[in-house]
Amino acid sequence: MRDVYVIGAGITPFGELWNMSLRDLFVAAAKDAMKDAAVGRLDGMYVGSMSPGLFVGQEHLSSLLADYLGAVPVPCVRVESACASGGGAFRSAFFEVASGASEVVLAGGVEKMTDFADVTGALATASDQEYEGYHGVTFPGLYAMMARAHMRAYGTARDEIAAVAVKNHENALLNAGAHLRVRISVEQVMSSPPVADPLRLLDCAPVSDGACALVLASEAYAKQSKRPLVRVAGIGAATDTIALHARSDLASLEAVARAAAKAYAASSRRPKDVQVAEVHDCFTIAEIMAIEALGFVGRGRGGPASKGGETSREGPIPVNTSGGLKAKGHPVGATGAAQIFEIVTQLRGEAGKRQIRGARVGLAQNMGGSGGSATVHILELV
Amino acid sequence: MPAPRYAREIPQRYRFEATRCQNCRKVAFPPRQVCSACQGEAFEPVVLSDEGALVTWTVIHVAPKGFAMQTPYVVGIVELPEGVRVTAQIVDVDPSELDFGTRVRRVLRKLGEENESGILHYGYKFVIAR
Repeated sequence: MRDVYVIGAGITPFGELWNMSLRDLFVAAAKDAMKDAAVGRLDGMYVGSMSPGLFVGQEHLSSLLADYLGAVPVPCVRVESACASGGGAFRSAFFEVASGASEVVLAGGVEKMTDFADVTGALATASDQEYEGYHGVTFPGLYAMMARAHMRAYGTARDEIAAVAVKNHENALLNAGAHLRVRISVEQVMSSPPVADPLRLLDCAPVSDGACALVLASEAYAKQSKRPLVRVAGIGAATDTIALHARSDLASLEAVARAAAKAYAASSRRPKDVQVAEVHDCFTIAEIMAIEALGFVGRGRGGPASKGGETSREGPIPVNTSGGLKAKGHPVGATGAAQIFEIVTQLRGEAGKRQIRGARVGLAQNMGGSGGSATVHILELV
Repeated sequence: MPAPRYAREIPQRYRFEATRCQNCRKVAFPPRQVCSACQGEAFEPVVLSDEGALVTWTVIHVAPKGFAMQTPYVVGIVELPEGVRVTAQIVDVDPSELDFGTRVRRVLRKLGEENESGILHYGYKFVIAR
């Protein structure tokens, strides 16, 4: 396989974007990414989207989005892996360029969620419908059961979990495109309305509209670009059982750990080499479990590390400088791509007031459902 | 839910029917065509025990369509002696009574309904074993 670079990146604001349709969102992000790359060539497209059929009654995004981007007849495929769809799209595009089959490929993600009423029900389709969803468990409910298991196994405290939300909201204040740009306190998290005990409203990522796109290219085309060169240093992916109840350890994310092991091996990097990371904090507890699975902190240390500021912008491993899913917003299919967008922005040194100075190695971790699928991508400034 | 989809799950939802791998003895619920532990493809029928222990649980306050009238309700993961874990509602209980390892017993209850004039869905829930 040959080296692959990210040479273009585009994103929409995340939020309740009443005036924009699914196609508007994607085209806005993709247009910006193509302008940013400025290579005048596109060989293929991959678009992550979890459930446009349920959210807006539209399937066949491959044709729709290539059409409205003005890219026909470029081949396009929609990739679906629940909330890891964006990471899956990036992975597919990476292999198309790495294999030598294509020179320039766009990878993106989009979700239009706020047109639809039963979002809780639609998201629950990412669980085992017959043996989890059928019994009335929701996504917050699955993560709540993991939170309780984590609290039991490691003594993780409620205020340690809340610290994740406070930190990510703080970061979102410095991101103009974030959905929830409001400062919150640990007390506000812990007294917000209960959603699925022990998780409360301010433990949950919001329901957002949004899109993101990235342009991947071979070295020859990357060298034509005038932008700082970001190389995809290592990638990994893994699955786990779809049903949470089938996993032996409810307090860990094994698919994430396995995906990370592959990405670290492929990039010859170790957790301590990572200088900035975006992790999949669909719920506060998910960030705690993710930083453990990625090896940034030891097993069971996610809670104290979060409360102790180790993952803040000033800490040893800044996590979710964009605001994360929690505060930047979580248009599910777009999330995986948006995490990579933030890492590219940080490595290029263009993150403004939230810039991690001197960051040269970054990591993005995306996962689907309750952790049944996961991708990890490690990027480096060349 | 279309009637065939409902009918297909009746052996599991009404009777807790599972399968045991003839090679490695791992029990699968619901039954599978390929054993998740050893990839074996030969199974024998087994019926799961009615009593198990609570592994973790939550109280759902924000529910999907079809469950909204039931909130707040408890959902938990129950481990059965056969080594199988299932997700189900824990009913007739004050959540403060629940703890890790609480003994619970399976009961047949109504789980939902198609719509105002559609099929009623029945299946397993759990109550505290007293």
